[in-house]
Amino acid sequence: MCINREELVKLKQEMDETFSSFKKRVVLCGGTGCMSNGGDKVYDEFLKVLAEEGLDVTVDLKKEDKGKDLSIAKSGCQGFCQMGSLVTVLPDEILYTKVQAADVKEIVKESIKSDGVIDRLLYLDPRSEKKCKGVKEIPFYAKQHRLLLKTCGRIAAESLNEYILNGGYLMAAKAVLEMTDEEICRDITESGIRGRGGGGFSTGLKWDLARKEPRVKKYIICNGDEGDPGAFMDRSVMEGNPHGVLEGMMIAAQAIGADEGCVYVRTEYPLAVERMNKAIVQAEELGVLGNNIFGSGKNFKVWVMEGAGAFVCGEETALMASVEGKRGMPMPKPPFPAEHGLFGSPTVINNVETLATIPVIMAMGSSEYNKIGTKNAAGTKTFAITGHVANTGLIEVPFGTTISEIISDIAGGVIDKDGKINNDAFKAVQIGGPSGGCLTKSEWDLPVDFDSLKSVGAMVGSGGLVVMNDTTCMVSIADFFMKFTQDESCGKCTPCREGTKQMKSMLEDIREGNATPETLETLKDLGKNVQLASLCALGKTAPNPVLSTMKNFKEEYDAHVNLQTCPVGECEDLIEYDILGETCIGCTVCARKCPVDAISGEVKKIHEIDQDKCIKCGVCFDVCKFDAVKRG
Amino acid sequence: MSESVVDFDVIAKILQKHKNDPSKIIPILQDVQKEFRYLPKDALLYIATTLNIPPSKVYGVATFFSHFTLEPKGKNIIKICDGTACHVKKSGDIIKALKKRFLLKDKKVTSDDGFITVETVSCLGACGLAPVIVLNDEVHGDMTLDKVMKLMDDLEA
Ligand SMILES: Cc1cc2nc3c(=O)[nH]c(=O)nc-3n(C[C@H](O)[C@H](O)[C@H](O)COP(=O)(O)O)c2cc1C
Ligand code: SF4
Ligand code: SF4
Ligand code: SF4
Ligand code: FES
Ligand code: FES
Repeated sequence: MCINREELVKLKQEMDETFSSFKKRVVLCGGTGCMSNGGDKVYDEFLKVLAEEGLDVTVDLKKEDKGKDLSIAKSGCQGFCQMGSLVTVLPDEILYTKVQAADVKEIVKESIKSDGVIDRLLYLDPRSEKKCKGVKEIPFYAKQHRLLLKTCGRIAAESLNEYILNGGYLMAAKAVLEMTDEEICRDITESGIRGRGGGGFSTGLKWDLARKEPRVKKYIICNGDEGDPGAFMDRSVMEGNPHGVLEGMMIAAQAIGADEGCVYVRTEYPLAVERMNKAIVQAEELGVLGNNIFGSGKNFKVWVMEGAGAFVCGEETALMASVEGKRGMPMPKPPFPAEHGLFGSPTVINNVETLATIPVIMAMGSSEYNKIGTKNAAGTKTFAITGHVANTGLIEVPFGTTISEIISDIAGGVIDKDGKINNDAFKAVQIGGPSGGCLTKSEWDLPVDFDSLKSVGAMVGSGGLVVMNDTTCMVSIADFFMKFTQDESCGKCTPCREGTKQMKSMLEDIREGNATPETLETLKDLGKNVQLASLCALGKTAPNPVLSTMKNFKEEYDAHVNLQTCPVGECEDLIEYDILGETCIGCTVCARKCPVDAISGEVKKIHEIDQDKCIKCGVCFDVCKFDAVKRG
Repeated sequence: MSESVVDFDVIAKILQKHKNDPSKIIPILQDVQKEFRYLPKDALLYIATTLNIPPSKVYGVATFFSHFTLEPKGKNIIKICDGTACHVKKSGDIIKALKKRFLLKDKKVTSDDGFITVETVSCLGACGLAPVIVLNDEVHGDMTLDKVMKLMDDLEA
C-alpha cells in the first residue's frame, strides 16, 4: 500500500481544517525531565479535569475530531527542563512553569474555559524580576534560534497526523518525485550543513560519494548512539520528532539510492527505541515507508537496532560491526563506509540531528539555511547545557553564537556555591564531552563553530556543554573523563588501551599526592602520543580533556603535585575533615546529616569524626554553623 | 553461586523470533536478558549450540557490551547517574555513600544478601534535574545525600 502525493496533501488539508476548529491547544512537555518532575501526573489530571468539566478533548488528532473544544499533546523535551513540568496554552502563547497536578483545575478554569493568565505559574526572570508570559518574553528562549527543536516541543511526539499537519513527508515526496539523486546531493551540499555527530564532514559531499558507487544494495544508518555522558540532544529529537528523523533518512536514501535503513539507538534510551519503532509502523501503515513509495516504484524500509552499551559503537565502523552481530570494534579507514559499509555495501552513516535537519533545510531552501550561522559552519546546532548554570536544558543556537551569550544570556548565568547567579564564579566550560576540551574565562567571548573551537583545543563534538563554577577541581574532571574513555576503550590498539590506562593511573597519583613534577611531564608526552598513534577517534581524542586542563589550569595541577593540596577540596586523599574541639558546641547537626554515620558525640559535647568511616563528602563542613569543621 | 534452572523454551521462542539468525545475536541476548534480568551461562551455551556458532563468540559479544551482565542482580536496583552533568553536581559522593552503606566495592555491585544492586550509568537524559538516580525504574531528580539515604531507609524498612 502506498500513498501518493495528492493524498498526502489532502490529508494535510484535513488536519489543518480539523486543527483550526479547536478553540484551545494544550502542550505538555513529555520529556524525561518534566515527566519525572510530576508531568505524568499533570497529564492524567488534565484528562480527568477536562472530562469533569464536560470539555470535548482530542488526544490523538484525526479528521473526525473536527469541532471539538481543544486538543492536548504530549511533546518531546522543550529544553527548559529546569523549570519543569511545562504546560503551554495556545493560541494564547502562555507558558506555565513548575506545574504540578494541583494546579491543573485552575489552569482549566482560567486559561482554557476563559482567556485568563495565572500569574503565579509564569516564569519569573531573576534578572529583570519580571514575569514572562510566553517563550517570546523568556530570555532562555528569546535568544535561541529553534529551527530543529521547534517541532520537537510543539507536536505530539507519537502522532503522525500532527507531523503531517506541520508539512511532514512533503519534502520526502519532493525528493522522491521531483529531484534526481544528484540534485539532492547538490542541494544539501549548497546548504552548507556539516555532520552533527562530531566529525563535521559536509553531509552533501558524503552522500555524493555513496551516490557514485555503482552497487545496487546500499544502506542508510542513523547514528543515535549518543555516547557523550552529559548530552541528550539526539535522544530528545528521536523522542520528540521521530518522523522528522525518518523523513531525513528517506531523503538521504533517495540521494544515494539506498533501499534499507537502520536506526541505531543506545539501549539506555528505551523511550526513543519505542517512539522510533512506533513511527516506523505508522509510516508504513500510511504508506510513506515501504514499497513503491509515493507511487515511484522505489522502496525503502527501516528497522531499529538497540545498542548494548558501548561508547565506541558510536564510531561508524564499530557501529556497523555491532549491527552485523560482532563485537563493536573500529576498523581502519579506508575503506570508508561510503564504499564498503554495512554487510559490505555502500553505506552512509549520519547523526540523528543531521538527518532530522534535512527536511527542515529542504522546506526553507538551502540558500536560506546557508545564511544562518557562519561562513564555514552553516545553520544551527543544539547543545545540552548542564552543570552550574541557572537554566540547564536543551538549546539551539546559530553557529557563531559566543560562549558568553550561551552561558549568560540563554542559560541565565553561572550559579555559585551558594546557589546564586554570579558570573564571577565561572571557572570553565567543557565542550565536546570526553573528546573535547575545556574553555576558560579567556574564551568567554569566543564564537562557537568548528574552526574556532579547534583552534583552542576543543571541539563541537556532539554538543554537550558542561559549565563549572569555582568549586570544581579540574584535575578531578580530567580524571573523570579519563576514567570514562579508559573504560570504553575497546582494547584493539595498544596506544589507546595501554596509554589511557597509564594516563589514568598518573592522574590518580596526582590526586592522591603521589606525583612529582616529572609525572606531569610524562603525562603530557604520553597524551600527545596517544593522540597521534591511536587507531580511531576515541583514542585520538581521549587525551584532550587532560591536555586542555593541564594547559589552562596549570597552577591547579602544580598545587596537587607540589603542595599536596586540592585547592577546592575535592580530591579526597589530599583532604581530611576534622572537628575543632574548642569551637564545637555539640549541636549534633553534623552527626545527623553525615550520610555514613561517621560522626559521634553527645548533645552539647564535642563531636568527633571517625576517619575510617568518613567518605569526605563535606556535608559536615557545609552544615556546621559554628565553623567547627575544618578542611585540611 | 547456584545457577537457577533456565527455561530453554523461553530462549527457543526468542531465537525463533529472530529466525535463528546469528547476526541478530545482540538483539537475542537483549531479549534473553530482559527475560532473566541477566545472562545465565546455560542460556549462552544453548544459544551457541542452536545458532551453530562457537560459545566463545557468544561469550565474546556478551562480555564486550556493558549492558549485558553475567551475574544475577539484586532484588532492588538503584542506578546512579554519573554523567558529566550529575558528576559536577557531586554524584560521586552519592555513589561512595551507597557503596559504604551496602559494603560494595568497585566490581562488586550487588550486596551479599541479594538485597540491592548499585550501578552507575552515564546520563539518563534528565540532566536538568542533576544529580539523578533511578530506583527500581523510578526517576528521582535533584538528589542530595540526605534524600538518597532517606530513600534507602524506606527501602530497608
Ligand atoms: C568514539 C566515537 C564515538 C562516537 N559517537 C557518536 C555518536 O554517539 N553519535 C554520532 O552521531 N556520531 C558519533 N561518532 C561519530 C561517527 O563515527 C560518525 O562520524 C557520525 O555518526 C557521522 O554522522 P554525521 O556526518 O552526521 O556527523 C563517534 C565517533 C567516535 C570515534
Ligand atoms: S583507539 Fe581505542 S577505541 Fe579506538 S580502536 Fe584503538 S583501542 Fe579501540
Ligand atoms: S555541626 Fe558543628 S557545632 Fe554542631 S556538633 Fe557538628 S561540629 Fe559541632
Ligand atoms: S565529610 Fe561527610 S562522611 Fe565525612 S564526617 Fe563529614 S559528613 Fe560524614
Ligand atoms: S523534559 Fe521538559 S523541558 Fe526538558
Ligand atoms: S548527566 Fe545525569 S542525567 Fe544527564
